[in-house]
Amino acid sequence: MFDQLDQIFVTLKHQLMGFIPGAWQPLVSAILSIALIPVVFPALFSIVTVIERKGIGRIQNRYGPNRVGIPFTKIRLAGFGQFLPDGLKMLTKEDIVPRAADKLVHFLAPVVMLVPVLLAYSVLPFGRNMTVSDFDAGVLFFFAVGGAVEISVFMAGWSSRNKYSLLGAMRAIAQMISYEIPLILSAVTVVMIVGSLNLSAIVQHQNQYTFGIAHWFVFTPWGFAGFLLFLVASLAESNRTPFDLPEAESEIIAGYFTEYSGFKFALFFLGEYLGMFAIDGLGITLFLGGWTAPFSFLTWIPSYVWFFGKLMALVCLFIWIRATLPRLRMDQLMNFAWKFMLPLALINIVVAGIWHFMGQDWQRWLVCSAILAGAYVVLGSALMKKQNLGKRTYRFAE
Amino acid sequence: MSTPLLITLVVTLLAAGTAMCLRNLVHSALMLAICFSGIAAVYLQLNAEFVGFTEILVYVGAIAILIVIAVLLTSSGETPEKSVLTSGWFAGAVVSVLVFTALGWAVLHSHVLASGNAPAPHITVKDVGDVLMTQYVLPLEIIALMLTAAMIGAVIIAYKEEPGTDTKPQTSTKEIPAASVSAYVAGKEGAQ
Repeated sequence: MFDQLDQIFVTLKHQLMGFIPGAWQPLVSAILSIALIPVVFPALFSIVTVIERKGIGRIQNRYGPNRVGIPFTKIRLAGFGQFLPDGLKMLTKEDIVPRAADKLVHFLAPVVMLVPVLLAYSVLPFGRNMTVSDFDAGVLFFFAVGGAVEISVFMAGWSSRNKYSLLGAMRAIAQMISYEIPLILSAVTVVMIVGSLNLSAIVQHQNQYTFGIAHWFVFTPWGFAGFLLFLVASLAESNRTPFDLPEAESEIIAGYFTEYSGFKFALFFLGEYLGMFAIDGLGITLFLGGWTAPFSFLTWIPSYVWFFGKLMALVCLFIWIRATLPRLRMDQLMNFAWKFMLPLALINIVVAGIWHFMGQDWQRWLVCSAILAGAYVVLGSALMKKQNLGKRTYRFAE
Repeated sequence: MSTPLLITLVVTLLAAGTAMCLRNLVHSALMLAICFSGIAAVYLQLNAEFVGFTEILVYVGAIAILIVIAVLLTSSGETPEKSVLTSGWFAGAVVSVLVFTALGWAVLHSHVLASGNAPAPHITVKDVGDVLMTQYVLPLEIIALMLTAAMIGAVIIAYKEEPGTDTKPQTSTKEIPAASVSAYVAGKEGAQ
């Protein structure tokens, strides 16, 4: 019974295929699989915007949206209908293009942003047997399409002919490029251990249980360090606080999309959130076991529930971080990426190799943890020494 | 030749041609990015998954950005009024046609084509990795060492702070991308 519930979407699609004439089956099957991505994830985006506004409101001791419910009824839903008027507002707003702007590039930038982000979803396994396109080089594909986002950010910032936009774009590119290296290097450890770039194979590798606990990579020393590196780098890749310098509203208005309005602005917003979901999904697949359950007695819960549950948990963590931490300075951002995260990611690759070759002994836990903890302490103290942290002195205008 | 491959080739060649003819350097760089994506699409249609995705990762994700930033840092930003063709364009065209003919002749007469029309083997990323780790392990290690050295070198260049300036934040947005992009290209290639 639970197995049927787990595979309900797969069997549903198979039964639908029975009604389609044979020649059309591959095309209709592909369209059905693809159509789910631009339906499910923007819907998730609309709900997350409300959760984010309400959650941050709660943390900052004020009310978030709490009135809008279902339109034309008296049902309020505690403000969870807020995304409907927000979306309608975006659709009906005037689309303003600056007179000096490079019209074509300005128009294309949001599209170039959204397309690679949607492509990235095609390799993520959302549940057992639920991958849109399950092929060998999945991890490589994910990072390859992610590289195209930088071009779109540059296009938006440059074509607006606005100093704030260009500054925001330069910041965003510098940040994305710097943090992509620790991101990829921390993912490389998982590829090394599993011996495959296929995301479904990576999930299958973690789908075993010892004493009822799953073999998630986050439960190993190198996996834990890799997951933390991946999490910080993914925060920076999706331009979230404390790495939201590209759109620091107190300094450069909205960064590279300052000159966008109406639905193009909404597309950037959507692209940013969808990028965050995608990279969270990859982190879940690589380190948190994908769609598998953490304990063997919980395996009866359908796989897609686990995937989306973990996704929402990570998104809520990101919202919590956004409401808690202040923004970094540009030099701190760069120092952190190049002097701390990059060496630690390189050391983590060596540790993953040691872990693999030390066999099944218990000593490998000790050795790997000791190396990582030592590296963390040494690198951290080296980074902090340069900061001259002491009693804070204030300088006032004279 | 299949229709999708033909379309990809036409788009790639058009993008390459436009990249040469446009007056605005940034437009040329963006067209070049389209050209790189087209080349990646050609590789993918020839079942070379690894080369195709690496082409996008390195060329679209890193080289195109490097070119664009280099253009922004060096050019004055003004689009030239006159034509981009210099007076010696005719000689350049003759040279490029000669080079193309020589390369084409070499490819058509190489022993790879002479071995007959054997069916193309299906090579997965795993096969590429296996060969790299066994047969070609020495060149791979040498390249990896060189790229890691380049990356660490770039970090050390960025690490150096002039005495007395370490209390002031250096928030120059111009210097940071240029240094990190070059290290980034090295890092990305090293990651593979």
